[in-house]
Amino acid sequence: MLEQITILGGLDKSGHPEKIQRIEAAAGEVLAVAGPTGSGKTQLISDIEQHAEYETLTGRRVLINNQLVNKSKDKRHLRYLIAQVSQNMNFVIDMSIEEFLTMHAQVRSIHDPGNTIMKVLEITNHLSGEPVTFSTNLTQLSGGQSRALMVADVALISNAPVVLIDEIENAGIDRLQALEILTGQGKIVLVVSHDPTLMLMAEQRIIMKNGGMEKVCRTTQEERKVLADLTRVEKKMAGLRDYLRKGYSIGQDTDLND
Amino acid sequence: MLYSFKFCGSVMVDANIKKRVILMRFVIVAGTPSSGKTSVMVHTIRHLLKNGLVVAACKIDCLQTSDDVKYSRLGIPVAVGLSDYICPDHFYVSNLEEVELWAREQNADVLVLETAGLCHRCAPAVHDCLSVCVIDNLIGIDTPKKVGPMLGTADIVVITKGDIVSQAEREVFRHKVEMENPQARILDINGLTGQGVLALKNEIIDSKELGSITGKELKNSMPAAICSYCAGETMIGQSHQMGLVKKVDFRRGMDA
Repeated sequence: MLEQITILGGLDKSGHPEKIQRIEAAAGEVLAVAGPTGSGKTQLISDIEQHAEYETLTGRRVLINNQLVNKSKDKRHLRYLIAQVSQNMNFVIDMSIEEFLTMHAQVRSIHDPGNTIMKVLEITNHLSGEPVTFSTNLTQLSGGQSRALMVADVALISNAPVVLIDEIENAGIDRLQALEILTGQGKIVLVVSHDPTLMLMAEQRIIMKNGGMEKVCRTTQEERKVLADLTRVEKKMAGLRDYLRKGYSIGQDTDLND
Repeated sequence: MLYSFKFCGSVMVDANIKKRVILMRFVIVAGTPSSGKTSVMVHTIRHLLKNGLVVAACKIDCLQTSDDVKYSRLGIPVAVGLSDYICPDHFYVSNLEEVELWAREQNADVLVLETAGLCHRCAPAVHDCLSVCVIDNLIGIDTPKKVGPMLGTADIVVITKGDIVSQAEREVFRHKVEMENPQARILDINGLTGQGVLALKNEIIDSKELGSITGKELKNSMPAAICSYCAGETMIGQSHQMGLVKKVDFRRGMDA
């Protein structure tokens, strides 16, 4: 079982050693990756995905449970190490949610597929606005619904111990809940984002600069308070969005509750 | 017996051509159309070059190709073979010795031979060469079953375009591939960014070096066809059909 991943620093784009030479994340932890576009966020994720061992551009190494990954021919035990959910991903299979989840559960040899896919549907509807049913076709799902289903599926069926979340927009999915569900399953969650709320949801954040890991910030007490404020604002925004979407007018219809 | 026809009129094999007996890794890359064969190999070759290996690339195609331009940008020797009116797979197999000789003349440590990749019945894998099959997540989860020996006899299956489909679909697709070829090593590679090519590079470096392709054997027979249409017939109708003609069996599956 995966308990911890460690990233050992390499070189930045100028060939200088990265300032941060060691980062650890344990099961159930959220690690944010932040920095301007082109600062090397995607490369860092790519290094982790490839279990880098000096040979990527950056020369980083990635340890699983404090050991280098055994790169022997039989890498099958590693194939589902990392699951990814990103804004660019779509469902392309023309199939109902029920058929597809059942198929995925079979592939993953899930013990109780019927019960598991019920839970996946429940979480999906918990995370996104408009509810979906088992008979809804995958290709009919909205962006938010798709993302919600992907998160729920990664949490319960994919079963990969590390989850990469890449630039998930707020609209249509409750991100705070999504992260809680994933970490609640004992996963290590890596979040790439420009969004302050998401950055502060993590226990620590890696700041990238010029292709290198520049700094690691642990979320402070003060920041947790800011996070609570931000979360309140987001809830209010969500409430307002919902209110307006339903066709109400502020001051004329039923009260807008926050 | 049908397969012993010599389709290729391009270069006659001269058995006396002196071959340098230097060992070379022979990589055969096949795959479904637009799956990213060239992109994957360009990224992989870049890493091979970093390791100081000399790489030569040859692309087999039908009527036209621009893939050679992509390979040429790497600054490596590149050859193109256009099969024109001949099945590109038959053209490929009847030119293997010539391509090998060309690559040896380039002092290559690694020869990457990319096939046209046009038909699901392609079967380019050769024993003792490293056969790579590239397919993508978008071709549909039932397609691995439809792809024949090209997938089934590959040593390595590369799956591309994983960045645009869901994790769940990736896992299901991979499983379907495993069912068709349980022995192959399966690699997820992003053809656009090159993410994942390190594993392929290492497989190529670890692959067996080949003394000579002559006398090696295809893992599977090639798709066959010697009929009037192969020879340029254009008219429709039974009276115009000669040679090896296969008809649809409409009773297929009805007895079951």
